[in-house]
Amino acid sequence: MADVLTAPPEVGRRHFEPNYLNERRGILSWLTTLDHKRIGVMYLWSVLVAFLLGGIFAMVVRMELLTPKETIISADAYNKAFTLHGAIMIFLFIIPGIPAALGNFVLPLLIGAKDVAFPRLNLASYYLYVAGALFALASMIFGGVDTGWTFYTPYSTTTTTKVSLLTLGAFILGFSSIFTGVNFIATVHKLRVPGMTWFNMPLFIWGLYATAIIQVLATPVLGITLLLIVMERVWKVGIFDPALGGDPVLFQHFFWFYSHPAVYIMILPGMAIISEVIPTFSKKTIFGYKAIAYSSVAIAFISFLVWGHHMFTSGQSDLATAVFSFLTFLVAIPSAIKVFNWLATMYRGSIDLKAPMIYAIMFLLLFAIGGLTGIFLGTISVDVHLHDTYFVVAHFHYVMMGGTVIAFIAGLHYWWPKMFGRMYSEKWARPAALLIFLGFNMTFLAQFILGSRGMPRRYYNYLEQFQPLHVFSTIGSWVLALGLFMVGGYLLASLRKPYDAPDNPWGGKTLEWTTSSPPITHNFETTPVLTHGPYDYSPQEATR
Amino acid sequence: MNWLRSLMMPAPGSSYASEVDDLYMLIFWISAFFFLLIAGLLSYFVWRYRRRSADEVTPHISHNFKLEVVWSVIPLIIVVVLFFLGFNSYMNARVGPGEALEIQVRGKRWVWEFEYPDGMRTLNEIYIPVNRPVRFVMSSEDVIHSFYVPSFRVKMDVLPNRYTDLWFHPIEEGVHTMLCAEYCGRGHSDMLAQIHVVSEAKFREWQEQGDERMRTMPLAELGKMLYESRGCATCHSIDGTRREGPTFKGIYGESHAMRDGSTVLVDENYLRESILEPQAKIRSGYEAIMPTFQGLLREREIAALIEFIKAQK
Repeated sequence: MADVLTAPPEVGRRHFEPNYLNERRGILSWLTTLDHKRIGVMYLWSVLVAFLLGGIFAMVVRMELLTPKETIISADAYNKAFTLHGAIMIFLFIIPGIPAALGNFVLPLLIGAKDVAFPRLNLASYYLYVAGALFALASMIFGGVDTGWTFYTPYSTTTTTKVSLLTLGAFILGFSSIFTGVNFIATVHKLRVPGMTWFNMPLFIWGLYATAIIQVLATPVLGITLLLIVMERVWKVGIFDPALGGDPVLFQHFFWFYSHPAVYIMILPGMAIISEVIPTFSKKTIFGYKAIAYSSVAIAFISFLVWGHHMFTSGQSDLATAVFSFLTFLVAIPSAIKVFNWLATMYRGSIDLKAPMIYAIMFLLLFAIGGLTGIFLGTISVDVHLHDTYFVVAHFHYVMMGGTVIAFIAGLHYWWPKMFGRMYSEKWARPAALLIFLGFNMTFLAQFILGSRGMPRRYYNYLEQFQPLHVFSTIGSWVLALGLFMVGGYLLASLRKPYDAPDNPWGGKTLEWTTSSPPITHNFETTPVLTHGPYDYSPQEATR
Repeated sequence: MNWLRSLMMPAPGSSYASEVDDLYMLIFWISAFFFLLIAGLLSYFVWRYRRRSADEVTPHISHNFKLEVVWSVIPLIIVVVLFFLGFNSYMNARVGPGEALEIQVRGKRWVWEFEYPDGMRTLNEIYIPVNRPVRFVMSSEDVIHSFYVPSFRVKMDVLPNRYTDLWFHPIEEGVHTMLCAEYCGRGHSDMLAQIHVVSEAKFREWQEQGDERMRTMPLAELGKMLYESRGCATCHSIDGTRREGPTFKGIYGESHAMRDGSTVLVDENYLRESILEPQAKIRSGYEAIMPTFQGLLREREIAALIEFIKAQK
């Protein structure tokens, strides 16, 4: 079997060899699996369903905004649609998307381990995810929620919609996220293959590690806060509702204490994927390894100290506003460092524009816009004008979708051959990527102008002067959706083929490419031996 | 580049608004520079270093400390400068002048209520004199709202348990739209008010006699205007659609079951009571959420609203 490691076996023969997908069969073998790869795959399908559902709500919202008055749905339905769009996308798709789906699959492979540190905890995390998702689903079936995904009090403690169900769902999802985080921290500390030092780890691991730390430290605060909302609604305890003697702004502090770090729970794994894809498709050593690794940790640390920038107009003290603004500007620096290091990695590389690289380049462009528009919002007096307008909506979609989701798609293409043993169609990937890029920018560039001109977010009706830009944005959302459906289509179509992916289709240097595609159940035949660093693309003699 | 400025931002209504715009445009140009730098380098590298053969060898360039310092320190200096500029202009907006016309603001779902120092109250509409600073002291009766006037570049949340304040100094006569910027439920996007900036003389005239039109307009017409401007339309439809409150269509002359089991004939007296003391009788199937309009409508305005409701057959 030693030749499996060195040379890719022929396609036909490999189809009958056992791998993690076909070794055990039947639905029960999946539901009770402790294999990180299978749990990763189950997470993957689950988050993709959530993405579809959240996307449908997004299309409904955009459709309604085609005209200033009622277009297709009532104001109540619209309020529920944008709430569910936000809640589903954030809690069910983006937060678990990269770490729990792709990370679960790839992390042990990248460090040469057989599995994560606590396989049962891993499965428990998945079941908690499903339970949380069921609560969210129940809240929809029993009438929906109309608070916005931010659940601001006292609106959320007094509305008659199903807030308790959805917040309980998010509470449970929080535990799922904490379990994954704890598991990844232990795995990275204890299960690295002999010889893999901290500064010899692939950068994806650094990103997931920094993410896991935020998950473990920040998520409990969200859990407690959401539980307090439920208690407030059920027992009228009076923590947030001024009618009961509470303070509504306190909720905002609690909420953003989690939800700002959560932004980095979302973007750090995306950045981590880009740090893998760019060296592989530039066939070149990553530039500034330590700068990228440390900047992930720096972002994780500073992210805890900037929550007040969501509250510049909330009536918090001017001193607090100043301090939070300053710290917010600081967090921009590590992100800038990363972008410049990725660019420098491409300098004098051998750049191959396969789909993962196309998405990585798209990430750089869109994330640059997302990051730069963050500077407008960090600047206090400008933020006062732009706060709670479409400018903010556009900004965080550039970061969350242009950044994280595009990176997720890059990673999905990058590891797809490893996960399922099949190559996707490169021919279809290019037009789909073009549609996504065009559609995305049409949808959200217009929103920067809308916001700057004073169009508040979460508006069902709007002044007629804003209609042309809204129409443009809505048409963009159709182009974007078409591109995404194309990606879904050709990826799913590839699963109907027999295994045709080589073990190392991209010429990557990290450990996951040394095992078969798809990997065997125990990942590696024998414990892998590190012969080179994760990004050693140059033959030794070329080293200067 | 004035065309760009007027494309991105609404016309400024105060000198402070221009100050914010200057800063906005400064950041815009800095961002445009960095974006073009990144996109330019990216495009150049993708083209110049495209893969020509599968066995190409690339140089081993692992790091460069000087470069790292350069691209950390330059952005750091820029953002620290921007921080101070933003903080400085923010404080200009926070610290108001000593003498200002002070208007009390109460936000409630989904109307804005204003009260002038002399006790005059208005709904969803205020008149303020040009070239005199005006300060708003704000609170909410229910959930959080946010007072936002795009053309003055000011915004401040309106909270249910404390006062917040905001001021601006209008420099030109004109009408500005004020919006609610904090999501507050069904009528959130209809929670608008008109700010009329008028000459000192006109302001005094308005303070004394109210709007000229209001005194001479036919009742039903005035009622229609009030129905639209005072927030009635948010909850009461005139086409039979069920909203937060009962529709006005055909309501006059009907008999309705109340929550306490009694039945009430909708006549002028009942309509008047429902406007001034909305909690007195609650129609069954509806929430008791309507705020009182006691003291907010002149006698003629109440009569006008009743006339308007009677006309909805």
